[in-house]
Amino acid sequence: MKKFRTIAMLLSAAIVLLRTVAASPETPQMPIFRFENFTTANGLPNNHVFAVLVDGDRVWAGTEDGLALYENHAWKTYTTKDGLAHRAVLSLALDKRTGDLWAGTMGGLSRISGGRIDSYTQLNSGLSNDVVYGLSVEGENVWIATAAGGCRLNLHTGAWSLYNERNTPMVEIWTYAVSATPTKVYYAIWGSGLLEYDQKTGRWDKYDDPDGENEMVLFKDQGLIHEIVTSVSYVDNIVWAATYFGASRYDGRYWHNFLTKDSGLPSNFINQVKGVDATRAWFSTDKGLAYYDGANWAVYCPSLQDGKPEMTVRDVEGRVAAIPVTTAPAHNYVLGIDFDGNDIWVATAKGLSHGIRQHP
Amino acid sequence: MTRRDTHPEVAEGAVLSPPFRTIGGKGGAPSARRARATTSLALLAGALLVAALWTGRTVQAGEELRLVESTAYASPLELLFSPDGARLYVLCQGSDEIRVLDAASYSVLRRIAVGHVPRGFSLSPDGARLFVTNSWDDTLSVIDTKLLAVVATWPVGAEPSSVVGDHAGKRLFVANRISNDVAVLDAGTGTEEKRLLGGRGASYLALSPDGARLYATHVYPNASPYRTAPESEITVIDAARAVVVDRILLHGAAGVFHAAFSADGRLGAVAEYHPKNLVTLAHLEHGGAFEDTITVFGADLGRTVEVPLDELERYASQPFGVAIAPDKSRIYVSSGGSAMVTVIDVPRLLRFIRAHPAPFVTDLSASANYVVARIAVGLNPRGLTLSPDGRRLLVANRLDDTISVIDTRSNRVAATVKLDGPKTVSALRHGEQTFYTARYSFQGQIGCANCHIDSTFDGLQWNLEPDGFGRNIVDNKLIEGIKGTQPYKWTGTNANIPTECGPRTEKYFWRSEQYDDLTLADLTLYIRSLDPRPNRWKLPGYEMTPAQERGKAIFERGVDKFKRPIAESNRCVSCHSGPKGTNQKLSDVGTKKALDNPGFFKAAPLTDIALTAPYLHDGSAATLEEIWTVYNPQDRHGRTNDLTKDELNDLIEYLRTR
Repeated sequence: MKKFRTIAMLLSAAIVLLRTVAASPETPQMPIFRFENFTTANGLPNNHVFAVLVDGDRVWAGTEDGLALYENHAWKTYTTKDGLAHRAVLSLALDKRTGDLWAGTMGGLSRISGGRIDSYTQLNSGLSNDVVYGLSVEGENVWIATAAGGCRLNLHTGAWSLYNERNTPMVEIWTYAVSATPTKVYYAIWGSGLLEYDQKTGRWDKYDDPDGENEMVLFKDQGLIHEIVTSVSYVDNIVWAATYFGASRYDGRYWHNFLTKDSGLPSNFINQVKGVDATRAWFSTDKGLAYYDGANWAVYCPSLQDGKPEMTVRDVEGRVAAIPVTTAPAHNYVLGIDFDGNDIWVATAKGLSHGIRQHP
Repeated sequence: MTRRDTHPEVAEGAVLSPPFRTIGGKGGAPSARRARATTSLALLAGALLVAALWTGRTVQAGEELRLVESTAYASPLELLFSPDGARLYVLCQGSDEIRVLDAASYSVLRRIAVGHVPRGFSLSPDGARLFVTNSWDDTLSVIDTKLLAVVATWPVGAEPSSVVGDHAGKRLFVANRISNDVAVLDAGTGTEEKRLLGGRGASYLALSPDGARLYATHVYPNASPYRTAPESEITVIDAARAVVVDRILLHGAAGVFHAAFSADGRLGAVAEYHPKNLVTLAHLEHGGAFEDTITVFGADLGRTVEVPLDELERYASQPFGVAIAPDKSRIYVSSGGSAMVTVIDVPRLLRFIRAHPAPFVTDLSASANYVVARIAVGLNPRGLTLSPDGRRLLVANRLDDTISVIDTRSNRVAATVKLDGPKTVSALRHGEQTFYTARYSFQGQIGCANCHIDSTFDGLQWNLEPDGFGRNIVDNKLIEGIKGTQPYKWTGTNANIPTECGPRTEKYFWRSEQYDDLTLADLTLYIRSLDPRPNRWKLPGYEMTPAQERGKAIFERGVDKFKRPIAESNRCVSCHSGPKGTNQKLSDVGTKKALDNPGFFKAAPLTDIALTAPYLHDGSAATLEEIWTVYNPQDRHGRTNDLTKDELNDLIEYLRTR
């Protein structure tokens, strides 16, 4: 099976290459960026950047060696000495009302508020597990995805609610991401599909791959693309879900799935999806950063062959055009993205990138 | 000194009336309490008349009626001038009201009933509305200052303690002591927009003169690593954005009260306690228990500087209120335990600070360089306010129901305004006065209220001499609801409150004067009267959330999850039995540390347990969770290791309702 999948991927890559042409006036206008990259050489504490979050003039980066803050053109790093729960920061979420930042780490959950860091662990609090993969703040609740189920911390009462195989339909408890809104909360679960919580009724629902754990896609748009869900983003009543085997969009009635073979995704191995709205989304893959505008695709990465900056655009007809660029994200293995007006910030396995919008 | 000497207004032969109002707010609304007290009114009026005749004082026509109406001590806590200086608003915590006085004659214009145990108030920028936080009701009273009536009562957070509005009049900020946050409200409707994370025990707010920044202080220190110096913070809030932008750390401070600013906004000051809880409490003669300090900060200094108020034999115990003269010439600080206002010369202070860059907080000779007067006022002085022209400083003396009017040019008390209320000092009231005063300790350094802030606790761990130097580190406990939970001390060595508060306290804490029998009896009466505050985790009507229900079942279970019986002695409900959650017996629950002499500790009462972190006898468990996740590996502190994480959370949810 593995060999088959590899051959299929190589074939599809070859097809893309064969179909890649120079940009023409018919090539869709997709965002073009000039990327400025940050590494340990210019202040980042570690090049492994797991998460990035933009808060006005400040940019937070969750790295393997601390939480980095970029402000006034300088980096400052918070570590366990400052109270951070663990040096490896996996996830970030902003409470937009208060300005407090929440950081999920390999050793607990930290709240950064006005420079003070309070940390919650499975020993000193109701947190279900110290490995915090995902976070989302909604109203007075912080929703948390951990390696041992989901949690909700109510900031008014201090009460912790845990969600696991005992009180939800989840089969696996390895929750990877969470997206919370006042109406719905979605958990991405590694090996157990997508979990939906209705805030009004308090009921849970579950979305699975209709093909089960079969890695072959037999029923493409009839449900979630795969059980190994790594990321979820709920925007404008649309669920965007990422898996290690493709991506899905769900409007509450219909599913639409994305695979490399029939979309502009550079890889089916997707670490994060972030919806802009009901039609547009960004995908962080192991082979570059992808943008989907509802019809066309753009991919930004250093070339997998020679490392040179590369941008391709795939139109709705499947025509692929190369856009001449001089910069690219720091690495093709992308773990996260956040928006800064028209700009983007990109977390990669070898540095953080600031994509400064050039065109259109 | 006898009680009669302390309170000459208590005439010999006059009947000491029973407590009219249980300090600590036993039961119900003011009207209900008034109803309960009705039967005492005639006796009270008669007693007062006898007292007046005995002392030769004339009872004016109409006064008798007013006396009869006043069944509770006013207990003035805070003062506020109207913007035009014509009125004085007095927050009377004991009688649950705001009294409006003529600021020239001090005659009462109106008494306005508000919620239960009001604690803080402020005026809207135009002076048209007065906002009052009712700390035990969790409400905010809105008073129309033209009508002099409450026009709205808004629900707010847990134990609202002060309120300040922004200059635009659009937002109110409310410091909530129990939920440790600052709530942001719509000033027009009271609708809560959000809550900002404060420090522990968020209580007092001050807006910078330009309205840009709001400063919040806290009566308890933030959580810090075990056996390290306490650390408190001033939470700095951007008033326009309503977000926390900074936290000014106050190293060593635990118990921070009012903040004030100079008119130019360049100098700020907060009043605070600086406990010395890491060393054995055995050196009171060396100033070894507390420093009484203010921290000054702002553009005039460019840094924070902790400034001692004390000097040898003249301690400014329990600093509370701060005011800065309009011309920035003086800082005034009230000291609740010392019945005193300290006057600091600001230019001299700034010169001294600049000449002494190193910390001087422990230097008892320092204050002689900048303290220019120490003015004796009434009992337990708290809130301060300056008249708009700066010529009068008014001081609310909470425990003798007076307001001291200080002439700021002479630094002398020019007048003392007696607020209407019971004219006798009940045994209960005398007990409360005894609790707060520092006069019994060596050189007047400390009182009970130093460690039991506002009759609660301080969140600190102490090392007391009788157990041996460096031995038996003990966590200070909440004293609300301790009646009937004897023996006292973690090791249960004090059989009753008179033993706990009498010989033990006198010998090892005060190291000075002993209480006379009546005083000790009154102090005991006061402490026994301290009922628990309303539990904020309980649902109305004794209902429980599903999590609380599940937790209660775990608390009471006799069989573990593997169907094995749990020995009766190892069930939660066995040792933490009864309404207060203690069987009053000693047990070894496996928590003995190397520095502990015995390993047997009294089952701690569960009263408001959610408020009193850290836990265990020595405060080593930072949270309730750690009692079981860290300090119960052998299941000796109850059978808990069979529980899943969510079941442990349920147990804690239930405990928080106790």
